[in-house]
Amino acid sequence: MTAETPATVRSASKGPWVRAWGRFSSNGAALAGLAILVPILVLVISYPLWWPYSPNDIDLRALNQAPGPVHWLGTDGVGRDILARLMQGGRISLTVAVVSVAISIVIGFLVGAIASFGGKVVDNGVMRLVDLAMTLPPVIFLLVLASIAGTGVAPTIVVISLLSWPVLSRMVRARLLELRERDFVVAARGMGASLPHLLFRHGLPNSIDILVVYATLQIANAILLEAGLSFLGLGIAPPEASWGNMLNAARSTVVLEQYVWQWMFPGGALVLTVLAINFLGDGLRDAFDPRSDLN
Amino acid sequence: MTVAPVLDIRNMQTVFRIGGRDIAAVTDLTLTVEPGETVALVGESGSGKSVTSLSILGLLPKKVGRLAQGSVAFRGKSGETRDLAKLDAEALRRVRGNDIAMVFQEPMTSLNPVYTVGEQIAEPIRIHLGRSHREAAADAVRLLADVGIPDPERRARQYPHELSGGMRQRATIAMALACNPSLLIADEPTTALDVTIQAQILDLLARLQRERGMAMLFVTHNLGVVAEIADRVAVMYAGRIVETGRVAEVFAHPRHLYTKGLLRSVPRLGEASALKAAGTPLPTIAGAVPSLSNLPAGCSFAPRCPYAISACSAAVPPLTDTGDGQLSRCIRWQEI
Repeated sequence: MTAETPATVRSASKGPWVRAWGRFSSNGAALAGLAILVPILVLVISYPLWWPYSPNDIDLRALNQAPGPVHWLGTDGVGRDILARLMQGGRISLTVAVVSVAISIVIGFLVGAIASFGGKVVDNGVMRLVDLAMTLPPVIFLLVLASIAGTGVAPTIVVISLLSWPVLSRMVRARLLELRERDFVVAARGMGASLPHLLFRHGLPNSIDILVVYATLQIANAILLEAGLSFLGLGIAPPEASWGNMLNAARSTVVLEQYVWQWMFPGGALVLTVLAINFLGDGLRDAFDPRSDLN
Repeated sequence: MTVAPVLDIRNMQTVFRIGGRDIAAVTDLTLTVEPGETVALVGESGSGKSVTSLSILGLLPKKVGRLAQGSVAFRGKSGETRDLAKLDAEALRRVRGNDIAMVFQEPMTSLNPVYTVGEQIAEPIRIHLGRSHREAAADAVRLLADVGIPDPERRARQYPHELSGGMRQRATIAMALACNPSLLIADEPTTALDVTIQAQILDLLARLQRERGMAMLFVTHNLGVVAEIADRVAVMYAGRIVETGRVAEVFAHPRHLYTKGLLRSVPRLGEASALKAAGTPLPTIAGAVPSLSNLPAGCSFAPRCPYAISACSAAVPPLTDTGDGQLSRCIRWQEI
């Protein structure tokens, strides 16, 4: 019992958070994701401090100007600065994505929890509702919701979060049903644990892999949904910028062929961000699972 | 016995509703556990021993199982005696873990994999006793030391998968003892462990019980374990207690043929090779345990009992005192 190697003694004496960070930082892809995402976030948040143009300033002497020393990333057809619009669009797109994913995670987890702990009748009722929500054709559902909710940031968030929770609630329900029968949950009940305690101390941490994977995939999805909605004129309405409605400038063949910078930068930002978030999510999932030390 | 028992179960019946029919898993169970005493509940799989322990704590599967009859008087740490069968869910939840703790069979899976061992032991202390994080963490380390885990500070910061099976069972015992319960229910706590670790865990439980004056209800199917740890034993068959008494007496002079059969079926070291040489198989009890949904009339052991007479099938025999507080549910106990 006393003959442990110094290495195990050292690693085991660290707290859980330090060890989670250790697992995270040993994942190269996750660190790369973090290294891409953090600068993007810093730039997007701080751009008014270091960039002289604002997203809706019109410079009539510089229409469709290519990237250069004045407008680093060029200007669009009405002379607005692409860099400023890219930064502002990033704020909007990421806000919409993050907030809508957060909302759909809360809804999805709670619905899954109600279904799995509420007994047979509740479970059946809730799951049929989820089935119903899943069978609604997404595009039409989106259009109807969006036409009710209107355009703008808040309605777009509502529409996207209402569309995306059913899949999560199914996965959470399946996980919680399995967890409910696990010995440590039965043991916790034997120790006098209440239902909220079971749900949030045992259920939630053991579902974190599902939630993290879902969140990373869904953030990418939400950015794309937002782009689609904006394209149809139901998401973020111009002149407000978002990566989605900037990309839609490319629907004109002239822009597509001759003013490449007008759609390539938002497209690149979108791809880079989504990729970084996916890498990050992968690393987080492993970091939250103490057993991944063994591999 | 001047002190009132910690646990006093009277005529408890637990039923499961299966296919629209109520099936009694435990019938007419009367059992007491005195302070500082260990009572073993022995029986085959399906005899109702685990259901009994779940019934006491109100942990029966909702909607299917329920405690249909009887009373479960329990004297908690406060000295107040309450009938657990009549408590509402919230009051019962407060009793669990605080006044009555339970140790389960599988140490491998009865700890949550995502929390450190220390956190899991500290949790009931914080919740039931209202201690601060810091105090509870210190208590957890002390408890780990108490259950014989070397280097408890370091172990407290480890995750369950970093501990061996025996260590984990020690940790679950530490968790059960966290709030200093007056009754510990151990549901086959050594079954999943290998024999040397089994002996260590039994010694540990016996020591902790002695030090804390805690009562223990020990559920097992292992007669060797019973002999080692228990003061009294209750043998269950098809949902009923068929024999109960002090361990030494029951084992020396069983007054029920089921107990006798069980004791004879335990293989002894060196005996097996002798039996093999003689060409006789290990002794067994002929027949099989009857289905609970289709129990024979009268004594449920009668179909397998060589002593059975027609009177056995007429009515369920009552528990009869055979002297020295030993009770047997057999009408021909004097001839056994």
